[in-house]
Amino acid sequence: MTLVLFAYFAAVILITGILVVTLSNPVHAVLSLLVMFFHVAGIYVLLNAEFIAIVQILVYAGAILVLYLFVVMLLNLSGKEKSHNRQFLFGSFVGVTMFIELMIFLSRSPLSGTAGSDTVDKIRSTGNTQAIGESLFTTYLWPFEIASLILLVAMIGAIVLSKNGILRESWGEKK
Amino acid sequence: MVPLSYYIVLSSVLFMLGVIGVLVRRNIVIILLSIEMMLNAANINFVAFSHYLHNIAGQVFVFFVLAVAASEVVIGLAIIIALYKNHHTINVDEINLMKW
Repeated sequence: MTLVLFAYFAAVILITGILVVTLSNPVHAVLSLLVMFFHVAGIYVLLNAEFIAIVQILVYAGAILVLYLFVVMLLNLSGKEKSHNRQFLFGSFVGVTMFIELMIFLSRSPLSGTAGSDTVDKIRSTGNTQAIGESLFTTYLWPFEIASLILLVAMIGAIVLSKNGILRESWGEKK
Repeated sequence: MVPLSYYIVLSSVLFMLGVIGVLVRRNIVIILLSIEMMLNAANINFVAFSHYLHNIAGQVFVFFVLAVAASEVVIGLAIIIALYKNHHTINVDEINLMKW
Protein backbone atom coordinates (compact mmCIF):
# COMPACT_ATOMS: atom_id res chain seq x y z
CA MET A 1 0.00 0.00 0.00
CA THR A 2 2.78 2.41 0.95
CA LEU A 3 4.62 1.46 -2.21
CA VAL A 4 1.56 2.23 -4.35
CA LEU A 5 1.16 5.64 -2.71
CA PHE A 6 4.86 6.33 -3.13
CA ALA A 7 4.67 5.36 -6.82
CA TYR A 8 1.71 7.70 -7.34
CA PHE A 9 3.38 10.65 -5.58
CA ALA A 10 6.70 10.04 -7.34
CA ALA A 11 5.02 9.78 -10.76
CA VAL A 12 3.08 13.03 -10.28
CA ILE A 13 6.18 14.81 -8.93
CA LEU A 14 8.27 13.78 -11.92
CA ILE A 15 5.56 14.59 -14.50
CA THR A 16 4.91 18.05 -13.05
CA GLY A 17 8.67 18.61 -12.73
CA ILE A 18 9.07 17.90 -16.44
CA LEU A 19 6.12 20.21 -17.16
CA VAL A 20 7.77 23.07 -15.19
CA VAL A 21 10.86 22.79 -17.38
CA THR A 22 9.03 22.38 -20.69
CA LEU A 23 5.85 24.50 -20.55
CA SER A 24 6.31 27.82 -22.29
CA ASN A 25 3.59 29.75 -20.47
CA PRO A 26 4.97 30.85 -17.04
CA VAL A 27 1.54 30.71 -15.40
CA HIS A 28 1.12 27.06 -16.37
CA ALA A 29 4.62 26.29 -15.09
CA VAL A 30 3.84 27.91 -11.72
CA LEU A 31 0.56 25.99 -11.42
CA SER A 32 2.22 22.65 -12.19
CA LEU A 33 4.84 23.47 -9.54
CA LEU A 34 1.94 24.00 -7.13
CA VAL A 35 0.70 20.46 -7.87
CA MET A 36 4.25 19.20 -7.32
CA PHE A 37 4.48 20.86 -3.88
CA PHE A 38 1.27 19.17 -2.75
CA HIS A 39 2.57 15.77 -3.79
CA VAL A 40 5.93 16.41 -2.08
CA ALA A 41 3.86 17.05 1.05
CA GLY A 42 2.30 13.63 0.48
CA ILE A 43 5.77 12.10 0.36
CA TYR A 44 6.52 13.74 3.72
CA VAL A 45 3.36 12.21 5.21
CA LEU A 46 4.52 8.80 3.99
CA LEU A 47 7.77 9.41 5.89
CA ASN A 48 5.94 10.25 9.15
CA ALA A 49 6.82 13.95 8.97
CA GLU A 50 3.37 15.48 9.32
CA PHE A 51 4.56 18.85 10.60
CA ILE A 52 6.91 19.30 7.66
CA ALA A 53 4.10 18.31 5.28
CA ILE A 54 1.81 21.00 6.71
CA VAL A 55 4.59 23.59 6.63
CA GLN A 56 5.28 22.60 3.01
CA ILE A 57 1.66 23.27 2.06
CA LEU A 58 1.37 26.48 4.11
CA VAL A 59 4.70 28.09 3.21
CA TYR A 60 5.52 26.70 -0.23
CA ALA A 61 2.09 26.21 -1.77
CA GLY A 62 0.42 28.99 0.19
CA ALA A 63 2.96 31.80 0.36
CA ILE A 64 5.85 31.30 -2.05
CA LEU A 65 3.76 30.10 -5.01
CA VAL A 66 1.27 32.94 -4.55
CA LEU A 67 4.21 35.37 -4.66
CA TYR A 68 5.46 33.78 -7.89
CA LEU A 69 2.01 33.86 -9.45
CA PHE A 70 1.60 37.49 -8.40
CA VAL A 71 4.89 38.49 -10.05
CA VAL A 72 4.11 36.53 -13.23
CA MET A 73 0.73 38.22 -13.48
CA LEU A 74 2.25 41.64 -12.67
CA LEU A 75 4.87 41.38 -15.41
CA ASN A 76 2.16 40.18 -17.83
CA LEU A 77 4.46 37.89 -19.77
CA SER A 78 3.19 36.23 -22.86
CA GLY A 79 4.28 32.68 -23.57
CA LYS A 80 4.55 33.46 -27.26
CA GLU A 81 8.26 34.12 -27.58
CA LYS A 82 10.76 31.29 -27.44
CA SER A 83 10.97 29.93 -23.92
CA HIS A 84 14.16 27.88 -24.19
CA ASN A 85 17.54 29.21 -25.18
CA ARG A 86 19.97 27.80 -27.69
CA GLN A 87 21.84 25.49 -25.33
CA PHE A 88 18.75 23.32 -24.83
CA LEU A 89 20.44 20.10 -25.94
CA PHE A 90 23.69 20.92 -24.17
CA GLY A 91 21.89 21.77 -20.93
CA SER A 92 19.90 18.55 -20.97
CA PHE A 93 23.10 16.64 -21.68
CA VAL A 94 24.83 18.22 -18.66
CA GLY A 95 21.83 17.47 -16.44
CA VAL A 96 21.56 13.84 -17.52
CA THR A 97 25.32 13.35 -17.12
CA MET A 98 25.12 14.73 -13.58
CA PHE A 99 22.25 12.35 -12.84
CA ILE A 100 24.16 9.32 -14.16
CA GLU A 101 27.20 10.27 -12.08
CA LEU A 102 24.99 10.59 -8.99
CA MET A 103 23.48 7.17 -9.65
CA ILE A 104 26.92 5.58 -10.06
CA PHE A 105 28.12 7.12 -6.78
CA LEU A 106 24.94 6.07 -4.97
CA SER A 107 25.01 2.49 -6.26
CA ARG A 108 28.51 2.13 -4.84
CA SER A 109 27.82 3.68 -1.46
CA PRO A 110 26.34 1.53 1.33
CA LEU A 111 23.84 4.26 2.36
CA SER A 112 24.45 3.53 6.01
CA GLY A 113 24.89 5.72 9.04
CA THR A 114 24.68 5.61 12.78
CA ALA A 115 21.03 5.36 13.75
CA GLY A 116 19.83 7.94 16.25
CA SER A 117 17.44 7.56 19.15
CA ASP A 118 14.36 9.16 17.57
CA THR A 119 12.57 6.04 16.43
CA VAL A 120 9.16 6.19 14.78
CA ASP A 121 7.39 4.95 17.90
CA LYS A 122 9.15 7.47 20.14
CA ILE A 123 8.27 10.38 17.86
CA ARG A 124 4.71 9.12 17.58
CA SER A 125 4.33 8.97 21.35
CA THR A 126 5.43 12.59 21.89
CA GLY A 127 4.02 13.97 18.64
CA ASN A 128 5.91 15.01 15.54
CA THR A 129 5.51 18.76 16.09
CA GLN A 130 6.65 18.58 19.70
CA ALA A 131 9.67 16.45 18.79
CA ILE A 132 10.76 18.95 16.13
CA GLY A 133 10.12 21.87 18.49
CA GLU A 134 12.19 20.35 21.26
CA SER A 135 15.08 19.74 18.90
CA LEU A 136 14.72 23.18 17.31
CA PHE A 137 14.68 25.13 20.57
CA THR A 138 17.41 23.20 22.36
CA THR A 139 20.03 21.77 20.01
CA TYR A 140 19.39 24.10 17.08
CA LEU A 141 18.48 27.32 18.89
CA TRP A 142 21.42 29.31 17.45
CA PRO A 143 20.69 28.33 13.81
CA PHE A 144 17.04 29.14 14.48
CA GLU A 145 17.98 32.68 15.56
CA ILE A 146 20.19 33.04 12.48
CA ALA A 147 17.25 31.95 10.30
CA SER A 148 15.10 34.69 11.80
CA LEU A 149 17.87 37.21 11.07
CA ILE A 150 18.04 35.97 7.45
CA LEU A 151 14.30 36.51 7.07
CA LEU A 152 14.59 40.04 8.53
CA VAL A 153 17.42 40.91 6.13
CA ALA A 154 15.40 39.51 3.21
CA MET A 155 12.40 41.64 4.20
CA ILE A 156 14.43 44.86 4.46
CA GLY A 157 16.23 44.04 1.22
CA ALA A 158 12.97 43.50 -0.65
CA ILE A 159 11.61 46.82 0.61
CA VAL A 160 14.78 48.71 -0.39
CA LEU A 161 14.87 47.04 -3.82
CA SER A 162 11.23 47.54 -4.72
CA LYS A 163 10.82 51.07 -3.40
CA ASN A 164 12.55 52.88 -6.19
CA GLY A 165 15.01 55.52 -5.05
CA ILE A 166 14.30 55.18 -1.32
CA LEU A 167 17.99 55.62 -0.55
CA ARG A 168 18.71 58.18 -3.24
CA GLU A 169 15.99 60.62 -2.13
CA SER A 170 16.88 60.62 1.55
CA TRP A 171 20.56 61.03 0.76
CA GLY A 172 19.89 63.73 -1.82
CA GLU A 173 18.04 65.89 0.68
CA LYS A 174 20.93 65.91 3.10
CA LYS A 175 23.39 67.24 0.53
CA MET B 1 7.96 -0.30 3.43
CA VAL B 2 9.60 1.70 0.66
CA PRO B 3 13.39 1.33 0.50
CA LEU B 4 15.48 4.42 1.18
CA SER B 5 17.08 4.18 -2.27
CA TYR B 6 13.72 4.88 -3.96
CA TYR B 7 13.51 8.24 -2.22
CA ILE B 8 17.09 9.04 -3.18
CA VAL B 9 16.44 8.19 -6.83
CA LEU B 10 13.29 10.35 -6.78
CA SER B 11 15.13 13.31 -5.31
CA SER B 12 18.03 12.85 -7.74
CA VAL B 13 15.67 12.95 -10.73
CA LEU B 14 13.98 16.04 -9.29
CA PHE B 15 17.37 17.69 -8.76
CA MET B 16 18.35 16.84 -12.34
CA LEU B 17 15.14 18.45 -13.63
CA GLY B 18 15.99 21.56 -11.61
CA VAL B 19 19.50 21.73 -13.05
CA ILE B 20 18.17 21.34 -16.59
CA GLY B 21 15.57 24.03 -15.92
CA VAL B 22 18.22 26.49 -14.72
CA LEU B 23 20.39 25.76 -17.76
CA VAL B 24 17.83 25.82 -20.56
CA ARG B 25 15.09 28.32 -19.67
CA ARG B 26 15.22 31.97 -20.71
CA ASN B 27 12.69 33.36 -18.23
CA ILE B 28 14.18 34.32 -14.85
CA VAL B 29 10.98 33.43 -12.97
CA ILE B 30 11.14 29.87 -14.31
CA ILE B 31 14.82 29.69 -13.34
CA LEU B 32 13.86 30.58 -9.76
CA LEU B 33 11.13 27.91 -9.90
CA SER B 34 13.78 25.38 -10.94
CA ILE B 35 15.88 26.39 -7.93
CA GLU B 36 12.84 25.73 -5.76
CA MET B 37 12.64 22.27 -7.32
CA MET B 38 16.28 21.60 -6.38
CA LEU B 39 15.62 22.75 -2.80
CA ASN B 40 12.64 20.39 -2.67
CA ALA B 41 14.81 17.51 -3.85
CA ALA B 42 17.22 18.25 -1.00
CA ASN B 43 14.28 18.39 1.43
CA ILE B 44 13.00 14.97 0.33
CA ASN B 45 16.47 13.58 1.01
CA PHE B 46 16.59 15.24 4.45
CA VAL B 47 13.23 13.82 5.50
CA ALA B 48 13.92 10.36 4.07
CA PHE B 49 17.24 10.06 5.90
CA SER B 50 15.65 11.47 9.05
CA HIS B 51 13.04 8.71 8.89
CA TYR B 52 15.41 5.86 8.13
CA LEU B 53 18.23 6.85 10.50
CA HIS B 54 15.83 7.70 13.36
CA ASN B 55 17.12 11.22 13.80
CA ILE B 56 14.82 14.24 13.98
CA ALA B 57 17.60 16.66 12.93
CA GLY B 58 16.80 16.08 9.25
CA GLN B 59 13.31 17.47 9.69
CA VAL B 60 14.69 20.47 11.58
CA PHE B 61 16.98 21.21 8.66
CA VAL B 62 14.03 21.15 6.25
CA PHE B 63 12.78 24.05 8.33
CA PHE B 64 15.99 26.02 7.70
CA VAL B 65 15.89 25.21 3.99
CA LEU B 66 12.35 26.59 3.95
CA ALA B 67 13.52 29.82 5.60
CA VAL B 68 16.31 30.19 3.05
CA ALA B 69 13.90 29.45 0.18
CA ALA B 70 11.45 32.07 1.44
CA SER B 71 14.12 34.78 1.74
CA GLU B 72 15.58 33.78 -1.64
CA VAL B 73 12.25 34.11 -3.39
CA VAL B 74 11.53 37.49 -1.79
CA ILE B 75 14.89 38.98 -2.81
CA GLY B 76 14.84 37.30 -6.22
CA LEU B 77 11.39 38.55 -7.14
CA ALA B 78 12.23 42.07 -5.90
CA ILE B 79 15.31 42.05 -8.13
CA ILE B 80 13.23 40.77 -11.06
CA ILE B 81 10.67 43.56 -10.62
CA ALA B 82 13.40 46.21 -10.36
CA LEU B 83 15.01 44.74 -13.49
CA TYR B 84 11.71 44.76 -15.38
CA LYS B 85 11.11 48.40 -14.39
CA ASN B 86 14.47 49.47 -15.79
CA HIS B 87 14.98 47.17 -18.78
CA HIS B 88 11.50 45.90 -19.69
CA THR B 89 12.76 42.36 -20.05
CA ILE B 90 13.31 39.38 -17.81
CA ASN B 91 14.96 37.33 -20.49
CA VAL B 92 18.37 36.11 -19.34
CA ASP B 93 19.76 36.20 -22.88
CA GLU B 94 19.20 39.96 -23.07
CA ILE B 95 20.53 40.85 -19.62
CA ASN B 96 24.23 41.53 -20.01
CA LEU B 97 24.79 44.34 -17.50
CA MET B 98 27.56 42.51 -15.66
CA LYS B 99 29.18 41.06 -18.76
CA TRP B 100 32.93 41.64 -18.81
